Amino acid sequence: MKIGVPRESHPGERRVATTPEVASQLMKLGYGVAVQSGAGEEASFSDDAYREVGCDILGSTRDVYEQCDIVLKVRAPEGDEVGLLRSGQTLISFIWPAQNPDLLKTLTERGVTALAMDSVPRISRAQKMDALSSMANIAGYRAVVEAAQHFGRFFTGQITAAGKVPPAKVLVIGAGVAGLAAIGAARSMGAIVRAFDTRPEVKEQVESMDADFLMLDFEEEDGSGEGGYAKVMSKEFIEAEMALFAEQAKDVDIIITTALIPGKPAPRLITADMVESMKDGSVIVDLAAEQGGNCELTQPGQVVVEHGVTLIGYTDLPSRLAAQSSQLYGTNLRHLLTDMTPEKDGELVVDMEDEVIRGATICKEGETTWPPPAPKLSVAPKAAKPAAPPPPKPEKKKSVAGPIVMMVIGGLALLGLGAVAPQDFMGHFTVFVLACFVGYMVIWNVTPALHTPLMSVTNAISSIIVIGALMQISSDTALIKWIAVATVCITAVNIFGGFAVTRRMLEMFRK
Amino acid sequence: MEFNGILVVSYIIATILFILALGGLSNQETARRGNWYGIIGMAIALVATIWGIVSQAYVELIIALLIGGTIGLIAARRVQMTQMPELVAILHSLVGLAAVAVGFANFLDPGRLAHYQGVDLTIHDIETYLGILIGAVTFSGSVIAFGKLSGKIGGKPLLLPARHWLNLALLLVVIWLGKGFVAQSAAGGGMVPLLLMTIIALAFGVHMVMAIGGADMPVVVSMLNSYSGWAASATGFMLGNDLLIVTGALVGSSGAILSYIMCRAMNRKFLAVIAGGFGTSEGTQLAGGEDQGEVQPIDPDETAALLSSAKEVMIIPGYGMAVAQAQHIVHELTQKLRELGVNVRFGIHPVAGRMPGHMNVLLAEAKVPYDIVFEMDEINEDFPDVDVSIVIGANDIVNPSALEDPEGPIGGMPVLECWKGKTTIVLKRSMATGYAGVQNPLFFKENTRMLFGDAKDSLDAVFKAL
Repeated sequence: MKIGVPRESHPGERRVATTPEVASQLMKLGYGVAVQSGAGEEASFSDDAYREVGCDILGSTRDVYEQCDIVLKVRAPEGDEVGLLRSGQTLISFIWPAQNPDLLKTLTERGVTALAMDSVPRISRAQKMDALSSMANIAGYRAVVEAAQHFGRFFTGQITAAGKVPPAKVLVIGAGVAGLAAIGAARSMGAIVRAFDTRPEVKEQVESMDADFLMLDFEEEDGSGEGGYAKVMSKEFIEAEMALFAEQAKDVDIIITTALIPGKPAPRLITADMVESMKDGSVIVDLAAEQGGNCELTQPGQVVVEHGVTLIGYTDLPSRLAAQSSQLYGTNLRHLLTDMTPEKDGELVVDMEDEVIRGATICKEGETTWPPPAPKLSVAPKAAKPAAPPPPKPEKKKSVAGPIVMMVIGGLALLGLGAVAPQDFMGHFTVFVLACFVGYMVIWNVTPALHTPLMSVTNAISSIIVIGALMQISSDTALIKWIAVATVCITAVNIFGGFAVTRRMLEMFRK
Repeated sequence: MEFNGILVVSYIIATILFILALGGLSNQETARRGNWYGIIGMAIALVATIWGIVSQAYVELIIALLIGGTIGLIAARRVQMTQMPELVAILHSLVGLAAVAVGFANFLDPGRLAHYQGVDLTIHDIETYLGILIGAVTFSGSVIAFGKLSGKIGGKPLLLPARHWLNLALLLVVIWLGKGFVAQSAAGGGMVPLLLMTIIALAFGVHMVMAIGGADMPVVVSMLNSYSGWAASATGFMLGNDLLIVTGALVGSSGAILSYIMCRAMNRKFLAVIAGGFGTSEGTQLAGGEDQGEVQPIDPDETAALLSSAKEVMIIPGYGMAVAQAQHIVHELTQKLRELGVNVRFGIHPVAGRMPGHMNVLLAEAKVPYDIVFEMDEINEDFPDVDVSIVIGANDIVNPSALEDPEGPIGGMPVLECWKGKTTIVLKRSMATGYAGVQNPLFFKENTRMLFGDAKDSLDAVFKAL
């Protein structure tokens, strides 16, 4: 089968669905690859580069659609492109079926099999084809770069001969993939980064990126919804959250918002008042601009200045790093195609039993198959959490009573022993008990690194049992004498072997 | 037993030296001195006893010492550091055997009945009986442990049906035989119950260690160490010799503490370990069967690139490093990375390997300086700052399900939290589970990469790529 990659028609879109590197790997799966002339130009991939790996270069979009069985795209087809698709053809791209019901309908009517990269279920196995995450990662990184571009100061703090430069303070709202990427980029530029998210389980991830996680002074409410996304929070929670943002807005220099709830308009988190309260020269990057924006004043697709604050509402951040995002997106596509080409013979199999492919396929051979059944498990299983705390309790109780019972029993046993045992035995017994305690005291603080040498030396020392054999060796009974001789022999192995091997080990411990 | 003053003084000096030896061994700086104290103490005790008590058979004695000593020295010189657990186990068995031999010889001594009467005789007999009992258990248990550690016997726990009842029954039989032995011994007999008990004790030792899984071996080794001490102590009671009692008690309690430390490191009850059957509970295994996602392989070149661009590298060795004999290449890799300005550290889990402190010994053998080798508690909090963690042939000690799944077979065991670092590279031969038989979610984490193959070959390739 032949894969076709047309040039993206959306204005300003610089990405391309396949890079030369990915194309060569697709050919290994048995596919032929055709690329429209100039498709990769904006992403710095020339026609020659595609030609070099063996792609056909076609003149027009129409040629690509006519000659190829599988069409790979970044954006959903628009305008004329939809009319070029034909029955039996397969389309793989971002489609957003929820937002574009008309497109879904048309695709179904035309008999196209369409796989939406945005509908790939969020399960561990599908991570390698999760284009949303790879694009979000780029968007998060780019958001920081854009912020730096419009921010008139350093990110990092410095003490210079010309005075002190304070570090920039960055607040990242929403610690998903984009948020974490933004945290990482801002941190590596030296800024102080704080992050907020309604899902408490991301606290650890935020802290692992060396940023501070802002906690709400609010009774805990878990904001994790299905599939690892956030969900809508209660009214009280949102009020507390807004108070926190209002307070933070006065303090920070840059706010990067990435809060999105699947299938809903972006939550309004930054009000006009908050923008007004920010210092002049501050920057807000709104990654949710396309879904209406987290900030009240955001203009989607534009950079505006309001109350002295620069508001960046670009909706094409991944496209602004076209080479990188094309590479990652292309690799996501390749992973999907690898899974769909089990025989590596260039024949595409749409296996509706496969959870990932089932989720991504929105229409197949004239039938709408969207939305798919819900994915089976959330990314972070949380069922175990509530079960955890109760068990330790009974154990604690036991450990208090245990030693007391043991001590009482031990004490009674000792008393009983003392009552019947002769003087001589009790003398030895005293020595024995004291020695146990000395051993306990001496050993207790041993460095774990020395456990092995300690064991071999105690082993050597325990061959002091040779004394017993020596006491018997002078016996007149031949049998006893020979047993004793044999015992001396084996304990000698232990004495010499034990000390020698300890010495050898200790010699190796060097600073 | 005619003790003269000099003999007693010698024994006191030997005892003090033994205590100093154990004390010295608890610290790196004093460890070598400690070993010398032990050697001197042993020499004093031997010379004093030979001079003070032995009155004939000097030739046989010297020959026996020479033969045994030579074997011991050769074994100590030849043994590979990776085989250290086996050596320690087999040496323990010798102490057990010696205790049995001394006990029997003592029982056969015709002077015994003349020397003890009444309660004294009963106590003496019980002491003999106990000495042989503990000695026999130590002996057979250590032999089995040796077999398991050297791979001659499979590491999987052998679980007989109703094994706890079986053990209890054996114990009752041993007590009953003991009663019979004491009764018959006063009349000059008693050999039959004593022999029967020895056989049961041997069987018990075999059964006990067979039921314990490979992952619990560190506990077993230190426990047998403790037993060998108690055996010496019981023999000391039998012979009325304080030096034996004290030394045995020292060794016994130190072994017991080591076992306790090991158990605590695994968050397991000592009794649970002894009862055996680690990794056989089934309930949670099902959880491992669900869709865990896919592992992401990595090749040595990429590993090298990752390592050379890292600032903080943590190496977590496990039993697999010992098996692959990879400690030397680990050291070379460490040196190379340190030259490149990478801060390389080692994180050692208390129960890594098959013997307490096993990893430290291996790294020391490869000349890794001990000041970059850290214990779990020292470095576990540093993982968020670590760029790359390399897990070499370890599994259960880096298993996040120990923390996430409290009901699991390893639930609650403290583990090295390497997944909190930026990237974890796991060197592994295959996707097989560790000794605990638990699937490891670490392998499926987003920031984990798997480098499949023999640890030594893989590291060689990484080293070349650097």
